[in-house]
Amino acid sequence: MTRTITLIDYGAGNVTSVERALQKLGSATIRANTPAQIDQATALILPGVGHFAALIRALDENDLRAPLLAAIERGIPFLGICLGLQALYAGSDEAADLKGLALVPGQVVALPSNVKLPHMGWNQLQIQPRATPSRLLRGISSDAHFYFAHSFAALPLQQKAGTVATCTHGSEFIAVFERNNIHAVQFHPEKSGAPGAQLLANFFEMAEVTT
Amino acid sequence: MSLAHRIIPCLDTDGVRVVKGVNFVGLRDAGDPVALAARYNAEGADELVVLDIAASRDRRPTFLDIIRRVAAELAIPLTAGGGIRTLEDARAVVHAGADKITVNTAAVQRPELISELSREFGAQAVVLAIDAKLDDENNHWHVRIRGGHDATDLDAIAWAKQGVAAGAGEILLTSVDRDGTQKGFDVPLTAAISNAVTVPVIASGGAKLPEHFAEIFRDGNADAALAASIFHDNIQSIRELKNYLAAEKIEVHLSC
Repeated sequence: MTRTITLIDYGAGNVTSVERALQKLGSATIRANTPAQIDQATALILPGVGHFAALIRALDENDLRAPLLAAIERGIPFLGICLGLQALYAGSDEAADLKGLALVPGQVVALPSNVKLPHMGWNQLQIQPRATPSRLLRGISSDAHFYFAHSFAALPLQQKAGTVATCTHGSEFIAVFERNNIHAVQFHPEKSGAPGAQLLANFFEMAEVTT
Repeated sequence: MSLAHRIIPCLDTDGVRVVKGVNFVGLRDAGDPVALAARYNAEGADELVVLDIAASRDRRPTFLDIIRRVAAELAIPLTAGGGIRTLEDARAVVHAGADKITVNTAAVQRPELISELSREFGAQAVVLAIDAKLDDENNHWHVRIRGGHDATDLDAIAWAKQGVAAGAGEILLTSVDRDGTQKGFDVPLTAAISNAVTVPVIASGGAKLPEHFAEIFRDGNADAALAASIFHDNIQSIRELKNYLAAEKIEVHLSC
């Protein structure tokens, strides 16, 4: 059965590109901005770009926090992109008064100021040694470049367990995170050419096989 | 392993077709924007910039349809600008599929525009485009507006710093002196701006040879380099340019 991937649409600029990239892979997509739509989701993507506060406020103002946590709790495949990765943490120094989803311990912090910020452009990953191979990175060359556009990041020392790959710009930070059904990437697969399309295809495949 | 230097083709359009000219004048047709976008996406461009240079000049509305059709061709980031004066203008361009917005003349006239855009879309989406020209005494670069036509008293370095403080996440720096000359990028200008700000700087104006790109990355401290007609006219292929830079030990993103 072809599954529909639900894109949480809180007004972020990259929803359209994520949607288009998935549709090119043959995935059906739906944009969701109500609790009921998230309750019905069988695979979820939280795209995001911009300010941490914009994402968290939009989730709370639309009453999406609880249904989102419940959806992840029931085990459906979840992919967070950019801010969608950062939202998984307890909080971010970018908006210290707001609470993240707290699914992953730790705080998102600013990248060091000894490098140009935002970290903008194509960078490579450092794949971490791991017991189970990454499902998101399946079939992707270890020297592939991905497109990043961010100034804040999660540091790997906070959460060794789910860290699949890191990237370095000023300091090392988490680029790919996977824990059970929770997947997240700091870069933008929808803007990362062929490797990005492969990553989205891998997620689409997970959405297909999950029952 | 570090952040790659970006190669960015630029489509200057009149609202319908891609146009080109020397020192911002004598425009002539250079092709269909959607076809060119598809070609650059396939050839390994790191980003694409699409500018509506006519909108900036005579206030025509930005041509969202081109943005929409170009965005549909791309698996790389898209920056769009030209004639963006308000938050509403910017929203329309972002909704049409642009990842970043460039502002130029309107930001000089009303610098708060930069903060408004940065608050709404994030600094990573706000590109301050600066057209700079060396003054007659050869000791300061001054900002030009309205497509390079009008001189201002604004010092380019001070303006770049002010723009970053207001929330710009990137500077697209065009040398009016070098634009269209194919004599190479403006190394002193680019180095001066790049060393003065904390955000990435895209160098623009004057590129022809692969050596020009190597020079602007090495000596101009540019984070990215933009060119138009040398790519449109097949004088320089993006793939060969990147291979050259990689051989010169300059970090680039070589796509397969």
